[in-house]
Amino acid sequence: MSTSQLSIPESLDTPPAIASPGLGAIIWDAFAKLAPATQWKNPVMFVVYLGSILTTVLGLQALRGQADAPAGFVFAIAGWLWFTVLFANAAEALAEGRGKAQAAALRAAKKRVHAKVLREPRLDSSWYIANSDEITAGTYVLVQAGETIPADGEVVEGVASVDESAVTGESAPVVRESGGDFSSVTGGTRVLSDWIIMRVTANPGEAFLDRMIAMVEGARRGKTPNEVALTILLVALTAIFLMVCASLLPFSALSVALSGHGSVVSVTVLVALLVCLIPTTIGALLSAIGIAGMSRMLKANVIAISGRAIEAAGDVDVLLLDKTGTITLGNRQAHAFHPAPGVSESALAEAARYASLADETPEGRSIVTLARERLGAGDLGLPEGSVAVPFTARTRMSGVDMGERCIRKGAASAVRTYVEALGGAFTADIDRTVENVARRGATPLVVADGRCVLGVVELKDIMKEGIKAQFAELRRMGIATVMITGDNHLTAAAIAAEAGVDDFLAEATPEDKLALIRRYQGEGHLVAMTGDGTNDAPALAQADVAVAMNSGTQAAKEAGNMVDLDSNPTKLLRVVEVGKQMIMTRGALTTFSVANDLAKYFAIVPAAFVATYPSLDALNIMHLHSPASAILSAVIFNALIIVALIPLALRGVRYRPARAKDLLTRNLLIYGVGGIIAPFVGIKLIDLLLTPLM
Amino acid sequence: MSIDIAQFVLLLVLMAGLVVVAGRWLTKLLTARGHWLPERIGYRLLGIEPGVGMDWKAYGLALVLSNAAMMLLGYVILRIQSWLPFDALHRASQTPDLAFNTAASFITNTNWQSYSGESSLSNFSQMAVITFLMTVSAASGIAACAAFIRGLAQREARDVGNYWVDFSRITWRLLLPICLVLSLVYVWQGMPQTLASGMDATTLEGTTQHIVTGPVASLEAIKHIGTNGGGFFGANAAHPFENPTPLTNLLHMLAMFLIPSALTYAFGRMLSRRAQGWAFLAAFLVMFVGFLAVEYPAERAGNPMFASLSVDQAPGALQPGGNMEGKEMRFGIAQTSVFVAVTTAATTGSVNAMHDSLTPVGGMVPLFLMMLNSVFGGVGVGFINLVSFAILTVFLVGMMIGRTPEFLGKKIEAREMKLVMLAVLAHPFCILGFTALAALWPGAASGLGNAGPHGFSELIYAYTSGTANNGSAFGGLNANTPFYNTTIGLAMLLGRYFTLLPMLAVAGSLAVKRTVPESPGTLPTATPLFTVLLIFVIVVVGGLTFLPSLALGPIVEHLAMSAGQFF
Repeated sequence: MSTSQLSIPESLDTPPAIASPGLGAIIWDAFAKLAPATQWKNPVMFVVYLGSILTTVLGLQALRGQADAPAGFVFAIAGWLWFTVLFANAAEALAEGRGKAQAAALRAAKKRVHAKVLREPRLDSSWYIANSDEITAGTYVLVQAGETIPADGEVVEGVASVDESAVTGESAPVVRESGGDFSSVTGGTRVLSDWIIMRVTANPGEAFLDRMIAMVEGARRGKTPNEVALTILLVALTAIFLMVCASLLPFSALSVALSGHGSVVSVTVLVALLVCLIPTTIGALLSAIGIAGMSRMLKANVIAISGRAIEAAGDVDVLLLDKTGTITLGNRQAHAFHPAPGVSESALAEAARYASLADETPEGRSIVTLARERLGAGDLGLPEGSVAVPFTARTRMSGVDMGERCIRKGAASAVRTYVEALGGAFTADIDRTVENVARRGATPLVVADGRCVLGVVELKDIMKEGIKAQFAELRRMGIATVMITGDNHLTAAAIAAEAGVDDFLAEATPEDKLALIRRYQGEGHLVAMTGDGTNDAPALAQADVAVAMNSGTQAAKEAGNMVDLDSNPTKLLRVVEVGKQMIMTRGALTTFSVANDLAKYFAIVPAAFVATYPSLDALNIMHLHSPASAILSAVIFNALIIVALIPLALRGVRYRPARAKDLLTRNLLIYGVGGIIAPFVGIKLIDLLLTPLM
Repeated sequence: MSIDIAQFVLLLVLMAGLVVVAGRWLTKLLTARGHWLPERIGYRLLGIEPGVGMDWKAYGLALVLSNAAMMLLGYVILRIQSWLPFDALHRASQTPDLAFNTAASFITNTNWQSYSGESSLSNFSQMAVITFLMTVSAASGIAACAAFIRGLAQREARDVGNYWVDFSRITWRLLLPICLVLSLVYVWQGMPQTLASGMDATTLEGTTQHIVTGPVASLEAIKHIGTNGGGFFGANAAHPFENPTPLTNLLHMLAMFLIPSALTYAFGRMLSRRAQGWAFLAAFLVMFVGFLAVEYPAERAGNPMFASLSVDQAPGALQPGGNMEGKEMRFGIAQTSVFVAVTTAATTGSVNAMHDSLTPVGGMVPLFLMMLNSVFGGVGVGFINLVSFAILTVFLVGMMIGRTPEFLGKKIEAREMKLVMLAVLAHPFCILGFTALAALWPGAASGLGNAGPHGFSELIYAYTSGTANNGSAFGGLNANTPFYNTTIGLAMLLGRYFTLLPMLAVAGSLAVKRTVPESPGTLPTATPLFTVLLIFVIVVVGGLTFLPSLALGPIVEHLAMSAGQFF
């Protein structure tokens, strides 16, 4: 039965609308997050939450005339404490909102479609139609031109061009074929031409797109290790300040007893002091910073499988970079012909052209182009009856058999084996040429006609612009770069020197890569790498940050902890940047939050105890209007600073590559010194505004 | 005034000179391979295999169990003192709460004394309980610090040393030799060293006065070398037998700083991070000089309330000037104020003046130094406390360079943070919690000697001194009651072991970690900037915690005094 004429209805559902969350939705979310179960997850804000409830109750008591402070004051404090909690909720909702919009866009790609399930993995097998959300791993599906791939899987037969723009945003179609590194297909992408038979590898709900959506939505976002450690620090600081404030009640009572006059500090004031002292700023924004980091990664078109990976990206200090695509522009270009003694350049060019006419790789085409330049016009195809010999991993040569002539081109060692097997030999001259070319960082391809060596084609790498400066910058930050290449040692050394990398791995095999990563990790380094092939999987699994190319195999994507949708190996640099920026933002806001305490102490402590000891007004160095206005100003500042810092938390602090020493000095000046000064100014200003109202 | 400053400079220069000498000796004995004869005998008697390393748990367990056994021994001797022979004065046994307090006090290197030495301890108790526990508590503290440093230096291994070996070496090679020499110098300076319990003297009025003597010089040596501080006499180092001359006063201070400062050098050598060791010493010194710069002028200025009474407080040829209440004429303002700062910085607790009589600001400095507990600090533990604050600093500011925090090449993660914060929490929780309890406890406040903020200072000073394992008393508080004996005893035990053990666990946890190689991307921790940050974090996190309490005590007292108000 023929399958090609059949067409089936495509989508079963209409895609959900993509909308960025509005202000209304954020406010709604902020209130929805007031549920105790949600609040409990953030211990610092949970204390503020309890404080809000306590002061509200105290306010109600005050209305009934049983309170230690005027009802208006207690309600003002209670109100601003509720605002503090809501602002923190809003920050998180805002950060999540961006992710939700992105998730909606991704979900649009994940439509339910009909799939042609084959009874046997053959094109001529019979098939039946099933819904895409019903097919399980292990089934074989036929996908033809114009149809959507129903699930993640691997091509087992056929070649097709696939439009993956739904996942990657890249409009140019990619080729997917059975075997090799281009066999993986993603559910939700679309076959443009030809057909494939694929084996489904993911069950419904576990597909790559599902994981992406879950990740982006933050549904599966656990706290990262550094977030956990920071939370412990914040909880401990909160506990200390809880003790400080709780002990002040008996201290104040004792002081009143000992001095014989004045009144004991009110619980409302102690709650206000507590909320001001505990690190609410970072406590409120911590989770937003993490979500925003993931969002920034997404914006760079990288999906991080876990928040942990983004954090590790900041710590990475060794980058393994594939030469091709990262350091050099795509592929090598033929640059010169070096004929053997007694062979004319045109003879070599002609032979090289014949050997390359069937070679569709960019290198092959560049040889044809260069040969045309040297030989002039008169482009001739291969003579009738000639047989193209494709490149195989075993022979590592390609070429053409034209009657008597057996033209081969390939790496020097491969051609040497070939020629020597036929009874020929490499002359010393050829050896020298090969070595010279390699030493220049170029790749020598030897061309032979039967047992006769014709000469060497020089393939040159084209360095990416500005890459050297980028590596120098990384070095200043303490990040070492290691170039990975399949080239021989000489070539690799020359290119490494030209690009300015710190180290290189030549003639790299997957095992070498894995060993190199282990060696670096053994020395205490954290290693990042990119990879796409199945044979990269072990190395990807070993690396601390492993960015798999979306174009790569399913195995590579499973092994890595990030997927680059653009499949651009240079993205590794951006990944490191996003990771560093996220940790920096966390650090900056932590420092800012703790530095704020100094001013708050000077606002609240004199205000709290001036009723017992009037001389303590000397500590009121900001000359705040009254004890009530001082305490209220500190609480208002504490709430508003969260709002003021939301943009910074979402955007991240400004990132500029520099030495740790310089980064520390610079950020300390802004967030440390700024954190000390800002509340003095802010509290005084709020107090001035409040004065007419008091 | 310039001569006073010259005295301070001389002290610090001598101290700095001793850092290298003592630091080298410490490094050598902590890393030596061979064992001395008395050590070998000790190992054989106790059945110890000296070559076997311990992980932090085994090390900590050995420390705690041996300390518990020695504390129990001390407790028993104090309880049965009256039945023991050879005490011509037949001094009574201590009550259970007092004996608990005393044993806890000396095993924790605190040396808080709810008793007065001359009237309640026999010479046997002075030697077998007091001097013995002073030595072993100092050795335990230094051993813990040695294990801590080894943990930081270790790479992917559990071994932090052998407690018994460290303990024996520190006792035999460090404490005993120094104390022997120092005791002889003290004897030369006029301190008694005898087993006779005293002598009778006929006074000018013709009455007979019994003058108590005993093995004072040997006690004084370990008292200061081990940052212990418990006096032979109630008057402590203000007593002429305990501190007869300006030279002994200077030697006391040098002895108190000797090991805490040398540990920074030993740390630098053992980790091959000399600059880090010096940076830590610099942090100690800067904070110390800062506090001295508050203490000395406050005492020198005297009491402004005297000005209206036309009392001349200016220093002159005939009088030292300033606030001389509660001070020895032998030491004057300069030697007293620096001693106050040294004894509370190094949390020794030896006093050569009555801290209760210091000016409010002058009294706040020792209080605050003990609240920080990391300006030199007690032998071993002071350094550990400083490192816990360094880890906290790394965490608070270190992330601003864009890497997760690491300290000395080790990643600081949740487990370390949990333990560090436990150690950091224990201190304010003990001080504030017990003071709050005393404030609420019926009848406890009646033990206070003064009304107003000074009374509050007396109370919080007692618990701060206990928790910080300092042992000096502000005076004024009648602490020999079951309530105070029990609560201060608990504060001392919690303050000691709840900072020491978690930090030992931190070292154990860091020991098994990989060391991240240093690069320009590493947060530099041996720089002046980091040292300033460390001091800032100590003052803000360690200090601001106590600002409200200080505001209700010395700060308001100072403001009231300036305004001419009495309590």
